[in-house]
Amino acid sequence: MSVTKDAIHDELQRESFIKSLSIVDWLFAAILIVGAGYAYQLYNYLMDGYEVAILFGTAISLIALGWWWKATRILMVAIAALSLLSILLYGPAIQALLTQGMDSRDAIAALANLDDKVNSKFLFKYFLSSTSAIMWMSALFIMATIVYFFNLATRNVYAGKVATAMTWSATTMGFVGLMVRWRESYLISPEVGHIPVSNLYEVFILFAVITALIYLHYEGRYKTKAMGGFVLMVISAAIGFLLWYHFNKGAHEIAPLVPALKSYWMKIHVPANFIGYGAFALAAMLGMFYLFIEHAKNAKLSNQIIAVILIFGITILSFFGKVGAGSVEVVMSNIGLTILICAGFWVLGFGIVRGMRAIGPDNLPKLDMLDDVMHKSIALGFGFFTIATILGAAWAAEAWGGYWSWDPKETWALIVWLNYAAWLHMRLMKGLRGTPLAWWSVVGLLITTFAFIGVNIFLSGLHAYGEL
Amino acid sequence: MENNTTTAKATVSRRSVLLDFLGSMNLAITILVIIAIASAIGTVLKQNEPYNNYIIKFGPFWHEFFLSLNLYDIYSSGWFLVLLVFLVISTLTCIYRNTPHMLREMRNFRLNSKIKSLKTIEGSKSWAISDVDATEKTVARLFEVQGYQVRRKQHDDRTIIAGMRGRYNRLGYIFAHVGIIVLLVGGVMDSTVDIGLRESLGLSKIDNTTEFVKDMPEISQLQPNDLISFRGNISIAEGQTANFTLLRIREGTLVQYLPFAIELKDFRVEHYSSGQPKSFESDLVIIDKDKDAKFEHTISVNYPLQYRGYTIYQASFGDGGSKLKFKVWPFYDFKLRTLDVSGVVRGERVLDTINGEQTMEFIDFKKYNVRPAEEGDPEGKKFVNDGSSVVFKVRNSSGVAREYTNYMSPVIFKGRYVFITGMRNSPSEAYRYLHIPADEKFTVERFMKFHALINNSERAHQIAVQTVDQVLKDAPDSDKYRQNIITTMMELLDKFNYGGYAAIDNHISNQQVDAAQKAKMREAYLKVLNTIMQALYMDVLQAEGVDISKPITEDQQGFYLAALDTLRQIPLYGTPFYAQLTDFTHVESSGLSVAKLPGTNVFYLGSVMSIIGIFLLLYLSQQRLWAVFYKNDEGQDTLLVAGSGNRNVEDFKRHFQQLVDKLSRLVGENKNT
Repeated sequence: MSVTKDAIHDELQRESFIKSLSIVDWLFAAILIVGAGYAYQLYNYLMDGYEVAILFGTAISLIALGWWWKATRILMVAIAALSLLSILLYGPAIQALLTQGMDSRDAIAALANLDDKVNSKFLFKYFLSSTSAIMWMSALFIMATIVYFFNLATRNVYAGKVATAMTWSATTMGFVGLMVRWRESYLISPEVGHIPVSNLYEVFILFAVITALIYLHYEGRYKTKAMGGFVLMVISAAIGFLLWYHFNKGAHEIAPLVPALKSYWMKIHVPANFIGYGAFALAAMLGMFYLFIEHAKNAKLSNQIIAVILIFGITILSFFGKVGAGSVEVVMSNIGLTILICAGFWVLGFGIVRGMRAIGPDNLPKLDMLDDVMHKSIALGFGFFTIATILGAAWAAEAWGGYWSWDPKETWALIVWLNYAAWLHMRLMKGLRGTPLAWWSVVGLLITTFAFIGVNIFLSGLHAYGEL
Repeated sequence: MENNTTTAKATVSRRSVLLDFLGSMNLAITILVIIAIASAIGTVLKQNEPYNNYIIKFGPFWHEFFLSLNLYDIYSSGWFLVLLVFLVISTLTCIYRNTPHMLREMRNFRLNSKIKSLKTIEGSKSWAISDVDATEKTVARLFEVQGYQVRRKQHDDRTIIAGMRGRYNRLGYIFAHVGIIVLLVGGVMDSTVDIGLRESLGLSKIDNTTEFVKDMPEISQLQPNDLISFRGNISIAEGQTANFTLLRIREGTLVQYLPFAIELKDFRVEHYSSGQPKSFESDLVIIDKDKDAKFEHTISVNYPLQYRGYTIYQASFGDGGSKLKFKVWPFYDFKLRTLDVSGVVRGERVLDTINGEQTMEFIDFKKYNVRPAEEGDPEGKKFVNDGSSVVFKVRNSSGVAREYTNYMSPVIFKGRYVFITGMRNSPSEAYRYLHIPADEKFTVERFMKFHALINNSERAHQIAVQTVDQVLKDAPDSDKYRQNIITTMMELLDKFNYGGYAAIDNHISNQQVDAAQKAKMREAYLKVLNTIMQALYMDVLQAEGVDISKPITEDQQGFYLAALDTLRQIPLYGTPFYAQLTDFTHVESSGLSVAKLPGTNVFYLGSVMSIIGIFLLLYLSQQRLWAVFYKNDEGQDTLLVAGSGNRNVEDFKRHFQQLVDKLSRLVGENKNT
């Protein structure tokens, strides 16, 4: 075996990041800069200095993301292309409705909600209006969850590829839905227009796509698809809520912003928050996976784990009860329904434990890896959640007259923060590993969920935007 | 002597025990968890509500208990502050104990590592080498190109080349923790600690009896520099000026004076085309005598004004004393003598009524009432504006008050335009509404005239006689019961007028007859009542100039039915008059928050430090490499390579493996030459 002098020389060259970039990377960066410049040129009369900074800051961050994680370049280009296509199709579609004598608001609503009055292009109606894009996202995520589990059970390589492709597609469609919705809000009226991160419906979409992206990153990094099913379960739950919210509450309708939300802060505070929520949710699902595998290995049916599933089920039930029927008691007092749902969750837990034993511990992911990804995810979430909370404080200082008011949402953000701060201390300083941390991250999701939607449902406060 | 040494030792160990306790992770985690739980309690238990609400909710025993624990104002309670202080002390202890170690770790390349201990590191690898000098250079270069800083040290038995990168991870620890302390210091600077301090020193007393600011006792007043920080609220009406703000503390208030005055020139609410509020803006004039300055500034939600360390925010809005004009229609005056009344919001006006003196207290005025449209709105609107409304109380001489809300313009109700007036006996009840039908000119006049005619017993009697005569025109022997019918008619009219259908039902149930007869009786009575009402209504129409020889229109008949439905409810309305809002001059007030928060920048500094620290601490890994050159037991020149990383161990293992692979190739080459 001989190595040439040139090869040695190469090995001892400093690995320069800039030099490692390909022509595609530079092209990608150029497209983003040109795109941001074009957006600036078109809309700078609507933006204040902060918003211009956010625009270019976002462009630079996205370039960095694309360079660092190459797959996202394709994602971004796909999102941009589909969104632009949809926006281009909007023009003629709206014109057609306006000539029928509709006003612009109704025309957008008709388009966005796939109204029967619309006989526009097939592509548009079934693919690219925001509502259909979001429906595609929902369907793809739910299918991907199933295919990931199929892959876990059978180790079918093709199924794994399909699941990954579905998740990437769902993420693309989710982002396209948000982009188009952003445009739709401005088409309704420029004064109504706003970035679609302003209510529960919109942030649930954001939650789904961000969680999926974080997952896809770890899937690529660790070259395993075994975690997919569990992680996408939490996304599917979010999709379930989203669909229910859409069809039962008409939450997908675009409403103008209350004055308190009219601020550039929303553009950075909310997305930062959801990187945190998404990462914590992912960590919790891996924690759950960890516990399941551990119990499957121990070859004794674990009542604890099923108890946890039950607690989760009842928690979800109470949320839905409160939102749907106005109170938890209404649902809980329906004993038959409660027992049925609890039984459903019990069967689910039992089924998963049995299924894992059938798969066999050797075919399940290594516990060390799950522990590692869980830790990384919480570390990622913690950093961004800290930024989000502090951005929130800065926004509060501008809107409410003080950076900290012990408002329920703020307080629960603090509780979430303290919880994960304690988690990280235990792991990094005390060297705690494995089972207890897995339990803890599962409990962490309950706390995070309460901070995310529980506060809005059960507690009132400044984040409810009741006044002003 | 000996004793002294022992004591000294004991002191040292006692000190270190204390430090161990304060700096222990268990204490830190415990405090974090307790703070989290206490914070959660504060969100579930609504803070700073009037004590009465708590007494109703928990009963007097638990109320006292919760109050003694300060659970109603957890975040300013002493014990919560103590928790925070403990958190600070615990964090400080950690910083104190770990910082020297961290700083050392940043600079220490561990050039004295022993071969034995390096060999125990997982993944370490050794090669037999020939050209030591060349290999040393290659290794050092390889470490450098990977971004490691490299140091070399020659020992007697070995030469060590040590590499290190990511040293700022250690700085992250210091930044994150110092940042938290700084942030908390900023937070405490801006908390209500100083008010508590003034209170306990007897410098300030929270007032909960005084009604007007000008009557506030001096001990409840605060001058501009008395407090380090505060957040107060003040409501200023358009055209008014204020140089103070009110601090709400527990059940009471303190007046905080400002070094300048704020005048509200104008307050505006802008609306979306759908009717929802879009923006709230106040045009302020700041008058600062100290600085001899006067300037205008417009604030709105999210865009406060900062001036001399004070920040003025748009917080809320309300009525600032709108001028109102009413036309008061008496319900039981057959001459229908109306009264023009004027007043201002938060003012009052005494009226003479048939029920004695009653006071109208004007509570609130709203220029617009926007509500979501009902499903299937005919015009497809999402929101409906019901126009202006006024809320007032009517208090009788014994002090009992009812609350009313009246809408100025007619709105559509069950297909007709009606004037809405709501009544409730207490603020906890929902309003019950009276819908006064509007006539063709969109006024209440026809309805009021109809009602006045019912009260005009002389004229009503005449009409009753005419009606009965008309009905009995062809009946034989009608004289016998003619008078009876007229009397009954007038009786029923009277009962209906003062008690609605309920009074008639009451009258029937007092009769000594069986149920079947009662039903029959009721049917007959209602027929009689309807006959006279219809006749009275025709008289009203005739007075308006309607030709009643022709059948009346559907609309006129609809009015009659609507009026009947309203008339029967008037006895429940509570006041003997209807106050119709006829005109107004809208005067708004703006609710401002005024804050002096000098800790804000300290808080932000701490925040930025923490964020930098957290990112360095969590995402940067401090990694070390060692290459040791020595002769092994057989006298062969040997290279041993080992490495470690303090974060993401799995990632480092992979990185180290790549490095080893590279070295294998490079060292292999060297060996061949």
